Amino acid sequence: MAELIIYGIVLGSIISLGAIGLSLVYGIIRFANFAHGDFLTAGAYIALFLVTGVFSWIGIPDNTFGALSFGWQMVIAFPVSMAVVGCVAIALDRILYRKLRQKRSGAVMLAMSSLGAAFIIRMIILIIWGADSLFYRPGLMRPALELPLGIKIRPDQILILLIVFFLVGLLHLFLQNTKMGKAMRATADNMELALISGINTERIIIWTWGIGGALAAAGGILYGIDVQLHPYMGWNFLIPLFAATILGTIGNIYGALIGGLTIGIAQQVSTAFLLPTYKLAVAFIIMILILLIRPKGIFGKD
Amino acid sequence: MEIGGIIAYLVSLAIMAGIYAVFCLGLNIQWGYTGLFNIGIAGFFCIGAYVSALITTPKPTGMYAHYVQQIFGLNLPFIFGLLGAAIACGIIAFLIGIPTLKLGEDYLAIATLGIAETFRLIFNNEHWLANGPRGLMGLPQPFQGLVDPKHYNYIYLIIIVIIMVVIYLSIERAIRSPWGRVLRAVREDEVSAGMSGKDIFRFKMQSLVFGAMVMGIGGALYAHYTKAISPDVFTPLYGTFIIWVMLMAGGSGNNKGAILGAYAVWGIWIGAKFMTDFLPYTLKARAPYIRFLLVMILLEIILIYRPQGLLGEEKKVSKLIE
Repeated sequence: MAELIIYGIVLGSIISLGAIGLSLVYGIIRFANFAHGDFLTAGAYIALFLVTGVFSWIGIPDNTFGALSFGWQMVIAFPVSMAVVGCVAIALDRILYRKLRQKRSGAVMLAMSSLGAAFIIRMIILIIWGADSLFYRPGLMRPALELPLGIKIRPDQILILLIVFFLVGLLHLFLQNTKMGKAMRATADNMELALISGINTERIIIWTWGIGGALAAAGGILYGIDVQLHPYMGWNFLIPLFAATILGTIGNIYGALIGGLTIGIAQQVSTAFLLPTYKLAVAFIIMILILLIRPKGIFGKD
Repeated sequence: MEIGGIIAYLVSLAIMAGIYAVFCLGLNIQWGYTGLFNIGIAGFFCIGAYVSALITTPKPTGMYAHYVQQIFGLNLPFIFGLLGAAIACGIIAFLIGIPTLKLGEDYLAIATLGIAETFRLIFNNEHWLANGPRGLMGLPQPFQGLVDPKHYNYIYLIIIVIIMVVIYLSIERAIRSPWGRVLRAVREDEVSAGMSGKDIFRFKMQSLVFGAMVMGIGGALYAHYTKAISPDVFTPLYGTFIIWVMLMAGGSGNNKGAILGAYAVWGIWIGAKFMTDFLPYTLKARAPYIRFLLVMILLEIILIYRPQGLLGEEKKVSKLIE
């Protein structure tokens, strides 16, 4: 059980990365971005393209760091993929969502457009890579470390946790200390007031997409390192992402962090009683319970 | 292919498009007239198909029971399958509506999406329920013995058209009634509809349940057409999004548009299949993805440039008013 909780924290931290971005977009741009799960997939596959394609070709060595399952190639691919997916998210906004905003289409039209974008991303991945599961480094499973209470954890998983908390810390500093971060919080809090105070919302929207896309990409790569890559991996994250976002109150990034960890732990612990394929259903049931008991989430003001 | 073969092929296309048209009509009640954002059509598709299959097939006995497990099998006629499918979907829609319809419109979307994925998981994993991933086979077809099995599709096409027309007329009738006017009022402006003393939640719930029942009938029609169902049919792509593209293309809020959209998009979908046959060999295995990519790009273009679809909504509710 203790082991499942630890694995749940690892999974939950990955969900949190996605949920934070989703929550920011939901809170600031005001629509449910159904393409967010596929941002995770896109990030994972762009890193795969760099690691297995480009970097071997230009001759970056592919030896690994000590007990970890990746090396310099991944260290470079990680931020590059984050930046690319950030740009993809911004580009989707410029091509699709901004046009809909200008036409004053409702939030539902935007959500539907994002659903279309989700499938466009996934179909491109399926066309290029096919429908099979892939790995960054096929074959070897690194030996696990033995912790007290009989917990086995792989060094990769410890690093995943460190990376997630580093990224969340970075985002915290950005939101608390920079002018753009403060403007973003203000917009999420009260859009009308932010507009009156002369905040340039189009710039905020660009930053929001960039950050949301980059964090999702990071989540996707980390999941790829921990488990595997699959064209539907992001789609299977979509319900847990929404559950985490709603649980932690839409627009609240600390709530999204807590929500993500809660959902991740619940999903992993459920495998002790249920088939692992039901993980998605577990996230869904939790979401329905939140909607029934406390629809505004744990930090919601009534 | 000689003429007879071409006609038979066209009939099979018309049947499939007709089944999709039933789904479009169901979605049109929810989205077109009430503004309910249901993106879990595949869930109702799945439930409708399975419930009808369980009602119309006998429970396997003897040796056969070792290979096929199903929770019950009533061996009743086709019409009971349709009714059962509609009732089951109505109940599920009611249960989803309770936690979501009082909240913002996105919540219903997320919940319907979740329910569709959950049902697919359940039917895939619970072998005792409906034979797990292998699904159910040998579903009966109405008026089966009447003609040579080779020509059976003509009869099924007639059945589909009759059911489609009945559903079309009943929705048209309902939408032009005072009840239908309230639905549109709810869609356009919830607050003022509420201020006029309308119970928003109740009307939304009625629309959600009505639409879901129509979708259940669509699922049953599909099951008895293919005679075999398994959980992998009810994916978000084939079960939900192609139907959305059909309704958006045809014109949401217009029942004729819903039917037109189903036939037009199904035509494009099949046409694209012929086009992808010309692809180089390496890409052929990925042809379905290329076709879906094109359909999704079509959706984005419609959303931006022609959100009202081919036929827009008819705002006039009565011939008697100008």
